[in-house]
Amino acid sequence: MHEYAVTRSIVKIVAAEAEKAGARKVSRIHLVIGDLSTIVDDSVRLYFPMIAAGTVAEEAELVFRRIKAEFYCKQCGKNFIKPAHGFECPVCGNLGMPTDIGKEFYVESIEIE
Amino acid sequence: MKIKVMENILSSNDQLAEANREEFNRRSITVLNVMASPGAGKTSVITELMRRLDGEVAFSVVEGDIASAIDAEKIEAMGVPVLQINTGGGCHLDANMIREAVQELQPPDHSVLFIENVGNLICPSAFDLGETLRMVIASVPEGHDKPYKYVYMFETADVVILNKTDLMPYINFDRDNFIQGVRALNEKAPLFEVSCSTGAGFSELVAWLKKQIR
Repeated sequence: MHEYAVTRSIVKIVAAEAEKAGARKVSRIHLVIGDLSTIVDDSVRLYFPMIAAGTVAEEAELVFRRIKAEFYCKQCGKNFIKPAHGFECPVCGNLGMPTDIGKEFYVESIEIE
Repeated sequence: MKIKVMENILSSNDQLAEANREEFNRRSITVLNVMASPGAGKTSVITELMRRLDGEVAFSVVEGDIASAIDAEKIEAMGVPVLQINTGGGCHLDANMIREAVQELQPPDHSVLFIENVGNLICPSAFDLGETLRMVIASVPEGHDKPYKYVYMFETADVVILNKTDLMPYINFDRDNFIQGVRALNEKAPLFEVSCSTGAGFSELVAWLKKQIR
């Protein structure tokens, strides 16, 4: 929903790292995005060339690693993958509670030349 | 060559939010980030709370809106200092907008600042503003499934308000299911059921807010 702001932040972080490393060019950007972070990959891809134009990252390929959201079921004592709708445990049907898995939202690494 | 970065994408917002929070703490300003979908009653809840606490504490309001000043005019009519931020289509407020707004508004020490975020249950939840408390408002006509759809919003709320309870008899709203969803995500946040039209539930909400003021 707010991919424009997000893409701007990505380019800023990547450009700063590339500069620190003295890179001529960033060829790949690895992003880790949890499913609960509500970011749409295609939308970031759409904004990226406009925002990255004229920077060291302008030709970089974006690589997304998506993490499925996990909830914790108190009754079963273990995590389950959040279903598409709601957060019912698929084993016992009770409502799970949120965990940190699925909220990842960071630049993992960059590949530079 | 591969370089490990491991930096949160919104880290620059988070740093600004932390600076805002330090200033609010230093000056004992209680800041409520009010979030809800459009039409849930953000402005009505804020104005009703200010009306009931008139004279007891100083208020100011930051109004986030996509384009209009309708809400800000309502606040101004009450004689409360208000600053309108038009995001120009942007779906959320961020910590930098709040930093600038506070510089202009200059809320007094020991006051209460309401930040009415853009009507949206997704994006505002991702942007820390440096607030003291996150107030999430749902309303009966929206349906009972809101917590099941907008997990992060309800999970990170410090207080949840269910507004428009006077409409309960006319709408197929499963109250137990709503509360169950909120509680599964968030065991701690107090939940208040109110109606801005009838005033129901407000005495409890006002009592809670008074305890939060620093």
